[in-house]
Amino acid sequence: MGGLSTRRVLLIAFGVIVLAAFLPLGVSGYILGLLTIAYYFGVFAMAWDLLFGFAGEVNFGPTFLIGTGAYTAGILDNLYQPPIWLCLIAGALAAVAGGVVLALPALRVRGPYFGLTTLVAVLMLQNFIVVDASLTGGEIGLTVPDVMTISDAKNYEIALWFMAVSGAILFALSRSPVGLILQASGQDTMQAGALGFNVVKHKLAAFIISAFFSGLAGAMLVFYFGSASVGTLVDITVGVQIIIAAVLGGRRTILGAVLGSVFLIVMSELLRPLGDLSNFVVFAMALIVVLVFPNGLLGMLTRTKDNV
Amino acid sequence: MVTGAQLEVSGLTKRFGGLVAVKDMALRVGAGEILGLIGPNGSGKSTVMKLIMGIERPDAGSVRVNGVEVAGWPSHKIARMGAGIIFQHSRPLHRQTVLENIMLALLPDQLMRLFADPNTEARARVIAARVGLDAVLDRRPATLPFADLRKIEIAKAIARDPKVLLIDEPFAGLTSTETAAFSELICELRDDGRAVLLVDHNVKSVARLVDRVLAMYVGERIAEGTADEVMRNETVRRVYLGGSIETAARPEATFRDSDTPFLAVDNVSVFYGKAQALENVSIHIHAREFVSVVGLNGAGKTTLFNAISGLLPYTGDIRRQGASLRGRTPAAIARHGIVQCPEGRELFTDMTVRENLDLGGQHLSDAERAEQIEWLFDLFPILRDRHKQAAGTLSGGEQQMLTIARALMMKPKLLILDEPTLGLAPVILEQISKTLEKLRKTTAITVLLGEQNVTFALPHADRVYVLEHARIVWEGEPARFAAEAGTGYL
Repeated sequence: MGGLSTRRVLLIAFGVIVLAAFLPLGVSGYILGLLTIAYYFGVFAMAWDLLFGFAGEVNFGPTFLIGTGAYTAGILDNLYQPPIWLCLIAGALAAVAGGVVLALPALRVRGPYFGLTTLVAVLMLQNFIVVDASLTGGEIGLTVPDVMTISDAKNYEIALWFMAVSGAILFALSRSPVGLILQASGQDTMQAGALGFNVVKHKLAAFIISAFFSGLAGAMLVFYFGSASVGTLVDITVGVQIIIAAVLGGRRTILGAVLGSVFLIVMSELLRPLGDLSNFVVFAMALIVVLVFPNGLLGMLTRTKDNV
Repeated sequence: MVTGAQLEVSGLTKRFGGLVAVKDMALRVGAGEILGLIGPNGSGKSTVMKLIMGIERPDAGSVRVNGVEVAGWPSHKIARMGAGIIFQHSRPLHRQTVLENIMLALLPDQLMRLFADPNTEARARVIAARVGLDAVLDRRPATLPFADLRKIEIAKAIARDPKVLLIDEPFAGLTSTETAAFSELICELRDDGRAVLLVDHNVKSVARLVDRVLAMYVGERIAEGTADEVMRNETVRRVYLGGSIETAARPEATFRDSDTPFLAVDNVSVFYGKAQALENVSIHIHAREFVSVVGLNGAGKTTLFNAISGLLPYTGDIRRQGASLRGRTPAAIARHGIVQCPEGRELFTDMTVRENLDLGGQHLSDAERAEQIEWLFDLFPILRDRHKQAAGTLSGGEQQMLTIARALMMKPKLLILDEPTLGLAPVILEQISKTLEKLRKTTAITVLLGEQNVTFALPHADRVYVLEHARIVWEGEPARFAAEAGTGYL
């Protein structure tokens, strides 16, 4: 029963992506730009869901990984102007390295302390960026000399396919034997250990994968914007938005995270006429969805009779 | 290394802070043998199991699985050496089907395994058929009855093909037919040549299965032998039945309110999900009476007390002096004089002794509160000495006294004590026992005591109920307990 609905969700997801690929033919550059950002956010949220939904670890610092990737790529481009793909790879690897440094000690502490450690990491990164302004651009932000392309449509397609491929990889991973072990480790560490699984190893692997996609997406976003700033990539509120997007879309679904991201970003834009109230309304809507449908948007759509 | 012993433990010791939970334990289980490890609540038997499995790290001693020294190893490595465990509480993956849950246990501990071995599913199906889950393979655990959830755990353990299998309270929450089916499965596992360690509370529950029994009490081994030998052992009988106990029961007819008892529990049943925790339980307590409810861990004592305190939904009726308590909030029930000392103590550990007592006496006027605290300090002199100390820094016995004292600050009419002896040393028990005696003699308080330690529960009791597997199976005077209900309790 569950398998059938999963297949249906995948079919629908594939259909939606194909449809979305034709959007540049019919909609304005403004909407394409909005969706481009939403797709990158979708990758952030999917990477976060792998950690929270499967490994059971609440990472309050997704922006630590994103920011590390983004600023590494941006600074590298500023200093040496290597090809962009090299900057992107460097950003992703830097995020992985940062993630390992953070996760190794953090995974040894129990309960809420993992979350707290990740939160402090964001504050430290933020501080470093602001203090070391000659390298990072400080509070004003970092402007990079290169962008991937100036065409709205091309940027949109890049973001869409990047999201689709990332989503496919993360989703396949979550449904693989490793994903199953990861879920068991997240839900009952003691039992997973007693079944012969090295829980720390599996959680660390999940953290590395999450860091890789977060860092890569962060770096790509820099070469879309042509700049990087604390307010758009590192700030705690950005991290909170990612978390809300993932939970809103549906915990433990991976794909739902994209739905949540598009919802959050499109809604904030639609409600912009409300001025300062717009964020309030978006968050209130998110709160209601989470309270009424704890399984999120995707969980709501795929709910089967025996799915408790 | 002794040949034939699949599991060999010696000198095993574990301390939690100042408490020695396991002291110099030694045991051996051979291939194709079932050893029953029994002991009352708090005796350290679960800790022994966790130490063997690497869930807790031993402070000293040796654990050999299959001849290999594994003491201090993390549990996934011990598991790979051939040890497996079936936990008492099953927590399957709820989004996965039964089949997928079993397949999980068949997976190797590898990160690069993105596709399962094609044989995995077939193997999982064979195991499922063996434990009797073949009809529900595609269902999700949440839709299954309790016994099937336990079968999933057994299936997972079998999937790892352990040489040494530890089973924690195999029959908890199962009906007698389910128990019979489980026993058969466990015997089959033994006949496969595995070494099985069954951990349970008493000999009776495992007697038909085990080859040998080892009894523990406060962290130490007190007896070992066949089930019959252990049941006849003097020390075991004293621990479980309290040896020769002086009882001081007052006949039920002496209590004035014998027509309408102070508290009447009438046909009460409680379910936790699918497991029945209380089944048509009826008890009554007269004003000023001291009633003990004796029962092993998991018999339903705490559930009964929580139902009385209004903390759980139940069917049936609970009446205080004839008036139903249904629909009253826990706070209202407590304010009207039914006060519970919970098993977990639930002190405010960062507050001082005095602050904890003040909180208990919130509703009293300043003068009344001061008077009550004076009285309690006379009752528990040690608390006077410690009144400025944070509750969390007290010893276990002192914390228990503080818990009782805090409950008494509420000036209860009925004091419910849930396992006050849990994890306490015998000398502390004696002090608390004397305090209860003093309470009984000098105050008008009514006491309902839940215990598995019979030595503690019988001396002060006017009447005793025995609770077993969610039902009241015996009621009577404490003096008749050992003769009439004792064997069922061993």
